Amino acid sequence: MDETTMEEGDHSRDTEVAPALVAVHPTQRSVAVAVGSDLRVFDLQGGCSVSLVDDSGGRPHNDSIRAICYGAKGKLFVSAGDDKLVKIWNTDPWSCIYTVSSEKRVSAVAISNDALFVCFADKFGVVWAVDLDGFHENQVLVNKKAVPILAHYCSIITSLEFSPDGQFIVSADRDFKIRVTMFPKKPLDGAHEIQSFCLGLYPALPLSAFQIIPQGFLVSGSGDSTVRLWDITSGSLLDTCEVGAEAGLLQSNGGEEECYPAVTDLCATPDGSLVAVAIQSLSGIMLLSCNLSAKTLSIVKVVTIMEEAFIPTSLGISSAAELLWIVTDSVGYDPIVLEDNEVPGGVQLLEKLQGSVSIQKEVFLAAAETVKSAMRSLLIKKQYSVEKREFRKKGRNDRKIKQ
Amino acid sequence: MCSISVSQVSFGWSISVNLVWREMLENEANPYLSKTTRLPRKRFYRARAHSNPLSDSHFPVPVAPSQVDYSLHYPQLFPSSDQDDGSQKIKFADIGCGFGGLLISLSTLFPETLMIGMELRDKVTEYVKERILALRVANPGQYQNISVARTNSMKYIPNYFEKGQLSKMFFLFPDPHFKEKNHRRRVISMHLLDEYAYALEVGGIIYTITDVEELGEWMKACLEDHPMFEALTEEDLEADPVAKLLGSATEEGQKVARNGGQTFQTVYRRIMPNI
Ligand SMILES: C[S@@+](CC[C@H](N)C(=O)[O-])C[C@H]1O[C@@H](n2cnc3c(N)ncnc32)[C@H](O)[C@@H]1O
Repeated sequence: MDETTMEEGDHSRDTEVAPALVAVHPTQRSVAVAVGSDLRVFDLQGGCSVSLVDDSGGRPHNDSIRAICYGAKGKLFVSAGDDKLVKIWNTDPWSCIYTVSSEKRVSAVAISNDALFVCFADKFGVVWAVDLDGFHENQVLVNKKAVPILAHYCSIITSLEFSPDGQFIVSADRDFKIRVTMFPKKPLDGAHEIQSFCLGLYPALPLSAFQIIPQGFLVSGSGDSTVRLWDITSGSLLDTCEVGAEAGLLQSNGGEEECYPAVTDLCATPDGSLVAVAIQSLSGIMLLSCNLSAKTLSIVKVVTIMEEAFIPTSLGISSAAELLWIVTDSVGYDPIVLEDNEVPGGVQLLEKLQGSVSIQKEVFLAAAETVKSAMRSLLIKKQYSVEKREFRKKGRNDRKIKQ
Repeated sequence: MCSISVSQVSFGWSISVNLVWREMLENEANPYLSKTTRLPRKRFYRARAHSNPLSDSHFPVPVAPSQVDYSLHYPQLFPSSDQDDGSQKIKFADIGCGFGGLLISLSTLFPETLMIGMELRDKVTEYVKERILALRVANPGQYQNISVARTNSMKYIPNYFEKGQLSKMFFLFPDPHFKEKNHRRRVISMHLLDEYAYALEVGGIIYTITDVEELGEWMKACLEDHPMFEALTEEDLEADPVAKLLGSATEEGQKVARNGGQTFQTVYRRIMPNI
């Protein structure tokens, strides 16, 4: 992708709504939802919403949040996005302890398992690390600079995650590449040693989400309507489950051709045995069982949710894995549904996370459309027609013909 | 008169190029061939001087190294794709190979080694293909171990080579990209060196040369700072037959030499990181 495309992509996205995101505290003490620039946290134990204190001296988020995550132990939380801010939060009690300014918009975040480093990826494909030394003494962090540690060549990184044993940092880009890198003892010197690349996705098929599961496996979901199982040590592809085709979700893409809908998110239970998959246009979610000894993926069940225009955008599971959290749209209606009906925190929680429960249906439907198109353009790589490409080339000055 | 219509042919090129080539050889008055050498003339393949490596082009990319079809690149050594048991792999890669001069010199120097040039410009790649095919025809049994692929090396190296597959990588006279904001387009950078270190075996060697002093310093600094590379000693360099070729084997090098330009050469070895 060249710079002009990137900047333009950024620009056109200004008018689009970021998909809503959900993250669940590993032991389900709280749940966080990001809607646009708004971060909402609900304390599941106290049964109340959390008012977010910001002692960091940094600005609050003022543009779409693109990534949120809890640390492995749940003590830390990070939010980041289009406003180029990476906000690091203490979760007990909730307060922002540090705000890092990124040079570019941020597309993915992760917290190292020992909670000593926060890593984030920017729109140019560079992964940065921030050293959290000092935080554990509960000091407010000062002068922590982000340091670039690795990069994908000019492709937007869509997800970033640490392996459960902390050995690897795994980054996936919008083109197709999943890179598994050794996470060194001194990450600020750079993460140079590549363990593997998970290849096998055709370069034109965008990857939307992945999750690392125990014993060195990884599950990924992509724009070609598949979920794949990989071995991260060798990078080999072990199994491919054509979820769209198997569930009979053929859809028209507006043109003549029909295609299967993209996987928009997935999340696995901590033991890796069950994978929940959100698929564009599927009103509900799909559950896959992952057999780690046979190294296979198979569909167990499609959970249809009979809400109208229910389009999940983000999924979350706590370590306890009792409940699956689903966020559906970015405007605030109907943000979560639980596997069973026992919502811890009940109505209050819903109210907090939704903002308001009584939004009119028309608004919701309109919102659903916006989300759909936001998702689509996030997931489907831009394909320019030949004329458009030519036109774009002409407008650029680095292509002058020299002979 | 025959035309060269191979630019549209993707992976099936070697066969169609062969046909075109034979046709061309039969045609005495073919303007694409030099009368004296019968090799394709460079001026008919002239292209833009520089490509923007950041732009997404549409050329086929192998899904993974195991999918690189050796029978298309080295047809005499791999008569059919099913006979390729994967035991012999490409060991040398010339990144941004230009018109292919280095590959041609190395081909006879290391006749048992498979090598590939990677080149972003379509026309230049076509020229190199033609050139290799002509050499194969003119020298039966020779030049079977070299080939070229049109690709963006900054993006697709992991699609061509497995971890630790390569023993040598060459970066001869790469585009300088002077402006600070374009430094990230340079083929040698700290981040891209991670990928080269991945593709190179421990002990493998990376060769760089440029006539642009600033770029020479940049490449040296990157390699020096990278924990997975160490400089070759003077003795190592003396003993290395390839190091001597860097300034003279390629078209760019010859041009610089003709103009009496200075060159800056940096050669490093892939080592185990000390973390
Ligand atoms: C100045 S030329 C040198 C060619 C040759 N090595 C020589 O010494 O004569 C640099 C070459 O690198 C190619 N190149 C630039 N970026 C590239 C990329 N990302 N992937 C593959 N080739 C690239 C250019 O098209 C050009 O042919």
